[in-house]
Amino acid sequence: MATLEVAGLEKSFGGVRAVQGVSFAVSPGEMLALIGPNGAGKSTCFNMLNGQLKPDAGAVRLLGCDITGLAPRQVWRLGVGRTFQITATFGSMTVLENVQMALLSHHRRLGELWRPVARMDAAPARALLERLGMADQAARPCGILAYGDLKRVELAIALANEPKLLLMDEPTAGMAPQERISLMALTAGIARESGIAVLFTEHDMDVVFGHADRILVLDRGRLIAEGAPAAVRADPRVREVYLGSGAVTGAH
Amino acid sequence: MENLVLQALSGLASASSLFLVASGLTVIFGVSRVVNFAHGSFYMLGAYLAYTLVTQLPRGHLGFWGGVVGAALLVGLIGLAVEVLLLRRIYRAPELFQLLATFGVVLIVQELTQMVWGAQDLLGPRAPGLRGSTEILGLRFPLYELFLIGVGPVVLGLLLLLFHRTRWGTLVRAATQDREMVGALGVNQRMLFTSIFFLGSLLAGLGGALQLPRESVNLHMDLSIITEAFVVVVVGGLGSLTGAALAALLIGEMHAFGILIAPKITLVLVFLVMALVLVVRPHGLLGKPEAAARGGQGSAEPMIGPAPGPLRWLALTALGLAVVVPPFLGDYALSVLTELATAVLFAASLHLIMGPGGMASFGHAAYFGLGAYGAALAAQWLGAPMLVGLALAPLAAGVFGLVFGYFCVRLSGVYAAMLTLAFAQIAWSVAFQWVEVTGGDNGILGVWPDAWAAPKLVFYYLALALCLGATLLLRRVVHAPFGYALRAQRDSALRAEAIGINAFRIRWLGFALAAAAAGIAGGLFAYGKGSVFPTFMGIPRSVDALLMVLLGGVQTLSGPIIGALAFTGLQEQLVRLTDLWRLILGAVIVALVLFFPQGLAGAARARWEARHGDA
Repeated sequence: MATLEVAGLEKSFGGVRAVQGVSFAVSPGEMLALIGPNGAGKSTCFNMLNGQLKPDAGAVRLLGCDITGLAPRQVWRLGVGRTFQITATFGSMTVLENVQMALLSHHRRLGELWRPVARMDAAPARALLERLGMADQAARPCGILAYGDLKRVELAIALANEPKLLLMDEPTAGMAPQERISLMALTAGIARESGIAVLFTEHDMDVVFGHADRILVLDRGRLIAEGAPAAVRADPRVREVYLGSGAVTGAH
Repeated sequence: MENLVLQALSGLASASSLFLVASGLTVIFGVSRVVNFAHGSFYMLGAYLAYTLVTQLPRGHLGFWGGVVGAALLVGLIGLAVEVLLLRRIYRAPELFQLLATFGVVLIVQELTQMVWGAQDLLGPRAPGLRGSTEILGLRFPLYELFLIGVGPVVLGLLLLLFHRTRWGTLVRAATQDREMVGALGVNQRMLFTSIFFLGSLLAGLGGALQLPRESVNLHMDLSIITEAFVVVVVGGLGSLTGAALAALLIGEMHAFGILIAPKITLVLVFLVMALVLVVRPHGLLGKPEAAARGGQGSAEPMIGPAPGPLRWLALTALGLAVVVPPFLGDYALSVLTELATAVLFAASLHLIMGPGGMASFGHAAYFGLGAYGAALAAQWLGAPMLVGLALAPLAAGVFGLVFGYFCVRLSGVYAAMLTLAFAQIAWSVAFQWVEVTGGDNGILGVWPDAWAAPKLVFYYLALALCLGATLLLRRVVHAPFGYALRAQRDSALRAEAIGINAFRIRWLGFALAAAAAGIAGGLFAYGKGSVFPTFMGIPRSVDALLMVLLGGVQTLSGPIIGALAFTGLQEQLVRLTDLWRLILGAVIVALVLFFPQGLAGAARARWEARHGDA
């Protein structure tokens, strides 16, 4: 069964039809990229998947369960991890504490008033950071971290509730080219290893064509192409949308 | 019927006066985002200055109207001076700090006014040409009231012209919508802010000066008008002139008819309306949500870590002294110490919502007072022993914390703070007006501890144990998952939601927990004093709590404790030593805001970290 199934998703803002009749599916362990020029509706589409926006029409199903219109926190509880285009972490807490918070929430222990956080779920949080190569930063406050490192922290947070689906909105934006490759390779490795379906939007075509198993192309709210990287690269409609003509690689 | 018309007219006159003051407050807020507590002081100064000018100038039209306009202009200049000397330096400080600074100005102005004009009420002359009354529907109606009814719309019209027809006005409106963008476009913001303060203060001064023929000039004008003006501005929508006019109309008429229909609950009514409006329209009648602040996401709030070694030693020493020394002290010193203990818990409870919770409360005294009244009412009407009363105190406060908090924590920033103020004023008005049960202004007397706790020393130890225990408990909560969840929703609402945290529920429970803790402090305070009064829930006490937390520093755990000790100690000593305590306290507040924007504990920590090379 597909991890995520999206059918006939629609969203309008005023008179602007941002997303029109978008349908697709993601399988366990698959890296699916959602690309398109600026304003194509990628973020809108994304925000409807985890409940930040309510779709006007259409359905979102997670492992066969209808999750359309649920609040983000409910979607998360069902096993959907999320990273943001502009990172969102708890700036007054350390890297480790950020991950601990996700774990504590996953274990429904945030109501506890007595035991100090310092001793709760610290070992699994450390293990997660280890996996992402962030163990040596564990004690640093998130407020002073480099942007690339924050992206990794977000990924660690997103993995804390053992998700079935990871939604990553521009996971490598603002990172150096070398970092991008290593973060995506890491993500792909984890996804395959744990059978997590990953859906990501991305502007960097090297990242997209290097790491996606499959690519969806969105233009003006509609899906115009879908398929393996090689097929999408050769698709004349995609070339037209992106460049008018010429090669796609490296372009935005 | 005729009576109703006259009542409506007098409502219009009040609405007009209210609008003058509120319009100044709202334009100042719109542009500078400063909640100016001193606006009421400018209103009072307008009245006093007009009194002096009108009585000194030759009698007649020129003397009177010249005096009124002169007073308004002078107040405008005073507002300008306050902006240039004080507020300009703290625009980047957190909202509550600005509020604190303007409250310092309130205290200074109160003291100076009393020094210049004396404590007794002053009666000004009536307006020449508008002395008598006219007949409306066969009933007499004062001419001056009729004149006031006209002033409001005229001022509104002039202001709208000014804001829509001049370049300056366009800039003001642009800044009200999006201050950062206006700055980015290269507009000289300094001039804009200074001039808007001049205009706003002038309007307050004019409002005060025009009261001269209507009522006596006294030293309580400042705080009574500022609460009403806050209500008007918030109901209308912060920054909205037309909204302020509408709200002034609503509140003015409600006052006029409230007295006819339900004289007992007039005070409650006004704040109930405000609470209702904010629940239904969280940004007021015509207000718009503020443009989201751009730039640095992820707050730079410092972390809460373990206290450094020397601080622990200091705390332990202080605690040791608090336990060992009291047997050698007299009754007066013991009751001061008891009061200090309750102040520490009171401040610590407010800190939970302000610091980790990131919410502002202007009405925390409500829960202190509800605790006190809970205990006192149980003692008075049920003959409950002290321990039962002390158990009921946090229960009463906590239950009301749940009810009020349910509405307050949905809002954010100034609106949330104003809604907490509204609920506190509702609680206060009930205590004040429901005389049969609460004794009204006379309070409830004879709330004394049981015989075993009657000696001051025993009661002190009881208060110390309970307050210290509750404060340490709150501290524990901050380090526990719940406290972290509070900070999580403060740091990033987006991320908190994305990891399954129900921010509303966390804020709500945090609010109720803080209320219950404040209730314990209130209950102990009641038994310590042997009585309760409506002032326990008054605005000044809410401000006291804010002062303690902000003086100490919001972003440290020891802040509220140090702040409570410093503030209560300072006030106690000042009141004892000098008549000028308000002046000195005000000056100290202003100086602290200017020089220790992180609070005392924050400043101490910054020094410590600088010296020890902490990251």
